[in-house]
Amino acid sequence: MEHLISLFVRAIFIENMALSFFLGMCSFIAISKKVETAISLGIAVVVVQTITVPANNLMYTYLLRDGALAWAGLPDLDLSYLGLLSYIGVIAAIVQILEMLLDKYMPSLYHALGIFLPLITVNCVIMAGSLFMVERDYNLSESVVYGLGSGISWALAIALLAGIREKLKYSDIPEGLRGLGITFITIGLMSLGFMSYSGVQL
Amino acid sequence: MSHPTMKEVLFNPVFANNPIALQILGICSALAVTSNLNTALVMSIALTLVTAFSNLFISMIRLHIPSSIRMIVQMVIIASLVILVDQVLRAYAFNIAKQLSVFVGLIITNCIVMGRAEGFAMQNPPLLSFLDGIGNGLGYSAMLLLLGVIRELFGAGKLFGIDIIPLVKDGGWYQPNGLLLLPPSAFFLIGLIIWALRQWRRNQIEPAAFTLAHQVSDKEGI
Repeated sequence: MEHLISLFVRAIFIENMALSFFLGMCSFIAISKKVETAISLGIAVVVVQTITVPANNLMYTYLLRDGALAWAGLPDLDLSYLGLLSYIGVIAAIVQILEMLLDKYMPSLYHALGIFLPLITVNCVIMAGSLFMVERDYNLSESVVYGLGSGISWALAIALLAGIREKLKYSDIPEGLRGLGITFITIGLMSLGFMSYSGVQL
Repeated sequence: MSHPTMKEVLFNPVFANNPIALQILGICSALAVTSNLNTALVMSIALTLVTAFSNLFISMIRLHIPSSIRMIVQMVIIASLVILVDQVLRAYAFNIAKQLSVFVGLIITNCIVMGRAEGFAMQNPPLLSFLDGIGNGLGYSAMLLLLGVIRELFGAGKLFGIDIIPLVKDGGWYQPNGLLLLPPSAFFLIGLIIWALRQWRRNQIEPAAFTLAHQVSDKEGI
């Protein structure tokens, strides 16, 4: 249990997806002009991440890993090279299913998320969550915790950035830096701040 | 619709419409792999090849893809190409593949590849799309290599792992700037590069969300 808690805290602060690994930057920068939209995108990412990482973990353990198909009488088969294709397939399918379920049972949430839900398929954070899970050899319970933690870490970062950018638009910025340029420098400063967590041992 | 010329397609993305500096595409990997020039170079080559060939193949079958499932078709083509690149890297350059870790796999979700497939290859003939892929790959590579050179040269005094500037600790004169080896420096550098690019090409400057009122009295702000 302690091990899982420390994994959770580490996923949120020390290995923050946006500010330590720089993943999901495209939507991180494009959709952080308003706090509300940033938070709804963040929630969508948390939900999708928490479902897809364990799902991919199951698929990796029982279908793709070296010798995983022993239950089907094929102990020598190693399908791990199909990993990338299968993960993205699972992610796309889960996002699609989630979209249909939300549309049917929670229309208010569905409308709040709007265009963001389908966009999540191509968000690097989701794919990276699955790839890190495979690289670090997490088991099922660890991957649930890691999925939740890494989703929250990204949501936290985008909400913080949106808060800063909302204030920043009233400031007098040199012409060439306006918009994209100053956003990059802001993220740089935020990520310097988050680097101070890297000394924490858990 | 008038077709863009080959030269435009190939060279526009490098300065006039740079995927990283202007279109905000494909930034994730630009930051994480540029702390030395080796990984930056391998990543640029990989991404340029994947973009060019995915554009080529998607453009070849663009008239046969039903629009409702085009995303999935594009995804499958891109993912297959990335698997190919990943396997080649693991076979012939295992150390670099280890250093790049998940970022090779993340080419699949790199917005440049998907964005160009959706935005250009679906409407244009194969050869032009192929060149567009190479052009955007070059724009991305130019940014990546520039970052890689600055970060490795001033952060560690080396290029491709070979000493260029003698460091203080080896009896030279240059005190390396350790900040440049840390990831946040990539953000500062990209921010400054964008600033420089926009001073040169002023039409890329974004309009201000709010303009400040003029100062009307010299007592204000004291």
